[in-house]
Amino acid sequence: MTIPYGFIFQFIQLIMALVLSPMFLGWINQCRCWLQNRKGPGVFQPYRQLVKLFYKDAVLAENASPLFRMTPYFLFACMCLAGTIVPVLATNLPFASVADVIVLVGIFALARVFLALAAMDIGTAFGNLGARREMMIGFLAEPALLMVLFTLAFISHSTNLTTIVDTLSHTRFIIYPSMAFAMAAYLMVLLAENSRIPVDNPSTHLELTMIHEAMMLEYSARHLALLEWASSIKLYDYFVIGFALFVPWGIASGSHLSSMLLAFLALFIKLAVAGFGLALIEALSAKMRIFRVPEFLGTAFMLAVLGTLTHFLLEA
Amino acid sequence: MSLFNSSIQGLPLSIILDILVYWLVIGFSGLIFIHNRKIVSQILFPLGASGGIVMIIITAASIAHSPSSAILSLGLPDLPFHIRLDALSAFFLFLLGISSTGICFFSSGYFSRDGNFSPGLVCLQFHLFLVSMAFVFLADDAYLFMIAWETMALSSYFLVVTDHKVPEIRKAGYIYLLMAHISATAVLLCFGVLQKAGPQGIGGSYTFEMMRHLNPDSFWATAAFLLALFGFGAKGGLLPVHVWLPEAHPAAPSPVSALMSGVMLKTAIYGLLRVTFDLLHLQIWWWGILVLTLGLVTAFFGVIFSAVQNDMKRLLAYSSIENIGIILSGVGLTITFQSYHMQTLAALALIATLYHCLNHACFKSLLFLSTGSVLHATEERNLGKLGGLIHRMPWVAFLALIGTLAIAGLPPLNGFVSEWLLLQTFLLTTGFPQPYLNMLIPVAAAGLVLVAAVAAYVMVKFYALIFLGQPREVRQHEAKDANYWERLGLSWLASCCVLLGLFPVEVIKLLNTVPGLLLGQATKKVASQANWLFLTPLSPDRASYSPMLFFGAAAIIILITFLGVRLVYHGRVRRSSPWDCGYPMQTSRMQETAESFGQPIRTIFSPFFRMHSELPSPSDLEPHYRNITEDRFWYLLYFPIGRFFHFLSNLFGRLQQGRIAIYLLYSFLTLILLLLLI
Repeated sequence: MTIPYGFIFQFIQLIMALVLSPMFLGWINQCRCWLQNRKGPGVFQPYRQLVKLFYKDAVLAENASPLFRMTPYFLFACMCLAGTIVPVLATNLPFASVADVIVLVGIFALARVFLALAAMDIGTAFGNLGARREMMIGFLAEPALLMVLFTLAFISHSTNLTTIVDTLSHTRFIIYPSMAFAMAAYLMVLLAENSRIPVDNPSTHLELTMIHEAMMLEYSARHLALLEWASSIKLYDYFVIGFALFVPWGIASGSHLSSMLLAFLALFIKLAVAGFGLALIEALSAKMRIFRVPEFLGTAFMLAVLGTLTHFLLEA
Repeated sequence: MSLFNSSIQGLPLSIILDILVYWLVIGFSGLIFIHNRKIVSQILFPLGASGGIVMIIITAASIAHSPSSAILSLGLPDLPFHIRLDALSAFFLFLLGISSTGICFFSSGYFSRDGNFSPGLVCLQFHLFLVSMAFVFLADDAYLFMIAWETMALSSYFLVVTDHKVPEIRKAGYIYLLMAHISATAVLLCFGVLQKAGPQGIGGSYTFEMMRHLNPDSFWATAAFLLALFGFGAKGGLLPVHVWLPEAHPAAPSPVSALMSGVMLKTAIYGLLRVTFDLLHLQIWWWGILVLTLGLVTAFFGVIFSAVQNDMKRLLAYSSIENIGIILSGVGLTITFQSYHMQTLAALALIATLYHCLNHACFKSLLFLSTGSVLHATEERNLGKLGGLIHRMPWVAFLALIGTLAIAGLPPLNGFVSEWLLLQTFLLTTGFPQPYLNMLIPVAAAGLVLVAAVAAYVMVKFYALIFLGQPREVRQHEAKDANYWERLGLSWLASCCVLLGLFPVEVIKLLNTVPGLLLGQATKKVASQANWLFLTPLSPDRASYSPMLFFGAAAIIILITFLGVRLVYHGRVRRSSPWDCGYPMQTSRMQETAESFGQPIRTIFSPFFRMHSELPSPSDLEPHYRNITEDRFWYLLYFPIGRFFHFLSNLFGRLQQGRIAIYLLYSFLTLILLLLLI
């Protein structure tokens, strides 16, 4: 009897998304503290936060509907699924063919729509404002993200992430100029979609500048914990998708134990470096005014289109 | 030719004809009970729905059959009606059946309430509308097609002006009727070209069977195609002949809007497909690019305009324009692929197009019907005055949520499947002989994604402003949920949305006969090697999607998370007033309105709108803010045309002096002229 390694890897990936993501967020915050000459609370602070929130009593607004109460669970499930499907450790994942990159974008859009609806459920001014801004960023970022993915899909003739990873890392090694454009665009979309500086500030509670935080204002206790956890998984998901697309080296194609260990090691190094990079970007830039966001994401879209055109001009 | 030569071959066709007769009988019995609201709503409309269910079963069973045709001895002497049931007709009748069943159920609830109309007449017009649409799909000659097309336009006109005491509704009906006839004229001319444009220049006959054998040269084919595009496009809401749509759909009663948007717009797609792929045998690549471009522009225009609407039905009407645009871009891709003989890709594009037609029929009908329930409950259609109805109308809110998520193109519902298929088709467009096509079509795909993403924005606006938040007006506290029949109709369409989303492979198996008919018998079947769980358009390596597994996994994770949180921690909940950063003074008027929610779209896409705003000055004691967003096409196209015709008719008016002597002079001059000429 053969051991179903694929299913085991898939399950490990789910667990890793759940467990690693708060630590990754803690690492980014820690790096940012170091860059700002502060000591920092350590990489385990997000876990303490989550545990604290889970123990508290939930306070719900009087007119909260069932949709409001269900949304944290929906969001959490969407992000977990995305984390399971993306090839992080290995490419022979049986469950990966459930969703290709376009479906992944659809999953993120589903989560975004649910969060926006929940934010508008209570009917407070801040919730409404956050929902409107989040949806605006959504429709600006989505075409850019899809164009990035299209470029990669054209290179590998597939929209399945596992095939893309296999093509880029295992079958041949060519430097694609279009990837540079795609990578820059992906980074910009990542910043916008995960409400990082310069588009949004995850640590702000200044009323008029918040986007993501404004949508979660009415949540408390376990609901808030799930939402916080989900958004850290989302950040992790975006990074591992980025790794799979642009730096897929290390992701195992077979099911040898040694290549698995190598994949683990590669992932840790990538996450550590990328987390530091994100903290550096955030430390070096200032938050934009909301009116500038369309320009920022328009640039990302143009870069992505340039990437596609470059692919057809130089590589096809 | 004998007058009574009605030879009906094929059982499905005769059953479908029976259903149509049955619908006609129901419609005319409405005249007997013209003022009896109870009989019309509780008996006649549910009976109509039963006809729809039989229609679904028959067409689903017969879609794979070979075409069967018949000659009906109705019509003029020597001009009998030809009808034919092939895969394309069967598919669109299937769509009609699915949509009309839900709408009939809903109507029996909707028209049982008091209103300013006679129920029997509505019943007659409604069923006549259904029958005429069915005949459009069945017609196999230009004569019957045009009669059915006109009956459809007229019966829907009378349905639109059901509430004819309101001047705006009469005006909307007038615009609709005018555009319907411009469209009909173009369609008639198109058939004229098809009939007369044989290679030898000698005419054929008015039957489609004859036109199929004519093979016009590329000039006449192009002429016929462009006329068809204009005529059917005007019916479907293609830019720039879309202006009737946002006027007529909101004016009609909600079940009629649902039927018009869900099914009648598809008759335009049907006509375009019939002319382009069945009657014409040659396709030129730039036709496809033209349709693709027009489709994307229409979709973009529709979606940004729906984002700035205040009226919930107008918002949905513009969203219909968007969806027709998406469907047409699929048709454009199909034409281009077919012209280069890339038949597998053409089949894929056609499947995506038809799938989106079916999806749009379900979710748009569902949403129009739910606005009907909201309208009945609150008598308010301005989004900025609704709110909080999820507490008062949980049924409608839940079912409308399904429609909202489906139309926003989110997995695992049906809107996502067709958009995913269409995007896959765009991604495969790399084998064209022209390199610039290879480069530009993927960029066009980004336009499609932009449209889909803005559509999600629009649907959040639609749903959140109606159902979520706090009621913005006091009257909504008395709002009642939909009644039994309305819930049944809404649930029918909502479950169609879910099923079409979860079982795409089964649906595609059903659709697979249509490309075989239209694109040639050699066409490979799409997704043929797939099992029911995984949708893989061409090969599993390229792309795959399994909505059922996605749904199942998500449900399992949600369940585990829910139970886990409950078991390890607790489920304690305390209710209090909203937090809102601690601001104590909050009223429901501080929520977003329709105008404010449209603001980002208005700023980002401002060149596309004709806006003028009245802003308050700082010294105003009663500050007043107003923003009016209008369609530029009225000012750039329609008003100049109107002025031109006004000018022309003024010139002709000079001839009319109103004195008998002058008119005698005219006849005398005419007589002299004729004598000189002959």
